[in-house]
Amino acid sequence: MVRLLRHLGIDVEVPEGQTCCGQPAYNSGQPEEAQSMAEHTLEVFADAEYVVLPSGSCAGMMRCFYPGLVGSDARVTSLVERTYELSQFLRTVLEIDSLGSGLQGRRVAYHHGCHALRELGVKDEPVALLAGCGAEVVPWEADEECCGFGGLFSAKLPEVSAAMADRKIDTLPDVDFVTSTDGGCLLQLTGRGQKRGTGTEFVHLASALWRGVTR
Amino acid sequence: MSFSGPTNYRREAAKAIRDKPEVRDSVTAATRTFDAHRVHAWGQIDADRWRDWARDVKTHVLTHLDEYLEQAERQLTSNGARVHWAESADDALTILGEIVREHGVKRVVKAKSMLSEELGVNRHLEGLGVHVRETDLGEYIIQLLDEPPSHIVGPAIHRSVDDCRKLFHERLGTPLDADPDELAAAARDALRAEFLAADLGISGANFLAADSGTIALIENEGNIRLSTSLPRVHVAFVGIEKIVPRLEDVSAFLQLTSRAATGQPIGNFVSLIQGPRRSDEVDGPEEVHVVLVDNGRTSLLADEAAWEALRCVRCGACLNICPVYRQTGGHPYGWTYSGPIGAIIAPGMLGLKEALPLPHASSLCGACVDVCPVRIPIPELLVHWREKAVEQGLTPRVETVGLKAYAKLARRPGLFSAAGAVLRRVPLGLGGRALPVLGGWMQERSAPKSSEKSFLQMWKEGIE
Repeated sequence: MVRLLRHLGIDVEVPEGQTCCGQPAYNSGQPEEAQSMAEHTLEVFADAEYVVLPSGSCAGMMRCFYPGLVGSDARVTSLVERTYELSQFLRTVLEIDSLGSGLQGRRVAYHHGCHALRELGVKDEPVALLAGCGAEVVPWEADEECCGFGGLFSAKLPEVSAAMADRKIDTLPDVDFVTSTDGGCLLQLTGRGQKRGTGTEFVHLASALWRGVTR
Repeated sequence: MSFSGPTNYRREAAKAIRDKPEVRDSVTAATRTFDAHRVHAWGQIDADRWRDWARDVKTHVLTHLDEYLEQAERQLTSNGARVHWAESADDALTILGEIVREHGVKRVVKAKSMLSEELGVNRHLEGLGVHVRETDLGEYIIQLLDEPPSHIVGPAIHRSVDDCRKLFHERLGTPLDADPDELAAAARDALRAEFLAADLGISGANFLAADSGTIALIENEGNIRLSTSLPRVHVAFVGIEKIVPRLEDVSAFLQLTSRAATGQPIGNFVSLIQGPRRSDEVDGPEEVHVVLVDNGRTSLLADEAAWEALRCVRCGACLNICPVYRQTGGHPYGWTYSGPIGAIIAPGMLGLKEALPLPHASSLCGACVDVCPVRIPIPELLVHWREKAVEQGLTPRVETVGLKAYAKLARRPGLFSAAGAVLRRVPLGLGGRALPVLGGWMQERSAPKSSEKSFLQMWKEGIE
């Protein structure tokens, strides 16, 4: 993502104080802990013009749940307005249509992570960017279904979680690789795919788009 | 066979996934079809506006429940119906038992009713020596199989046509290669005799209009019409949350519910029942009893957040879209109401301790909130119950303490990175399964391969 943004002429800073947005605690019913992490995140990113995340889930947490958790003061409103998931940032702020032609002839499946899709409303952006690099984004009947990650859900109810990943993997069309904007989903799908020996490559959207720029 | 409670959800779900893969196939196929029909049916109306309206009406009722219930009681009484109040399942069953005794009832036909499942009506009647027959095709199938319902709308959703062929072959003598029409015809013949011989019919209610004391029932098979009009006595079990202010509200709710449940503009049959047969009418029961049932609903109503779940119209749309429900069907949830709605009403109706781990039986994917016709904020309420479980000390300590430590670390970036470095060096492939949290992960997946360096290390060294 750093390379991609720099390639587009963006001055990238990575505040070294950043840690976690607080979503694991929030989703587990520990709002005080989540609030503490949200406060920290608010401080760390106070000066950035934009905050861009390679994760729809973390971006969703910050944009949709920080106001309820911390309050809607100016700091929070400002962070909400400045925070973007990567593909959203590329499309709506930078208005990028095409990053290159490096995915020409590639068949790609896109997994819509739940929080990017339903909390942030990110749906067309990643697909347009992949197609803009020449990829054929292949229809996938389960592309909007949850992969079964769900943070601690995947460890608390591993059997159901794995069955959900299996449904994704079992319905995959013939593609060169699968991509998504959420690391959690990719961890889940990669881990399950490897366990089953499926050999499918799961790649983060930033890496996929970087291939689009460089190949 | 009846439900044993939600406590063993994980074990039962794992068992279903491992031992009954055909259930997952049947449920996935059927729920996807239901949902596709819903999408189509909502596309024909201004669904967002209908849903806003439905949410507002239900919210209004729930904040004036006492007034509307009393109005409904007055209207039903003046229509000639007898109204009973049941605080618990035991109360409801006692009331039913008295009606059965008073009328010397020997045979009962039942219309599909989730509330009657919740109350355990069949078992109770059988205990009283009464013959009871479910007349909805799906309910009939599971009654013959001695199974509880697996879905709010399609109780036999976990069963395939082949399962039904075998069952009907054994019980009704149909050929093993009978097509679905033949199977339905055989059930119809068997049920017709039951209708004609029954002394009492039992139904639930989809809605109860307070202004006119009207019970509204939606169905597709005509069995509710027969169950409620043929026998001498009709008993309707009505959850207190089923009330709407006016009969004209019912007309919109019937349509929205049908569209959400099965994608039909409206069910094939709608019955509107206000009381017993009048002197100028040729059909209908001599007595109508309406049992208004609480059974945990006022406890749910008292919760500062989860009361919104009482808006539910039991359409099953949240089950149909739920990727967690689809893997197992309803049985592992361990009680009458499964899927997302079951997981948020169980803690209020059964008690939080009894309902765990259902609030955790969700990846919080949020698909349900997009399909709920009365806009219940299901994912928020799942998190709400998780929060209460932590407050009440019902969550494993390793998790709550772990997350507290994690939150502390997250305020100290140096330590946070150091902890990450340690985690990257844990030989997950060897001992990972013994670790808390990671153990669950490692059971079903391969170990994530850690990068040599953290992103921040790479950043500090310079990314080219």
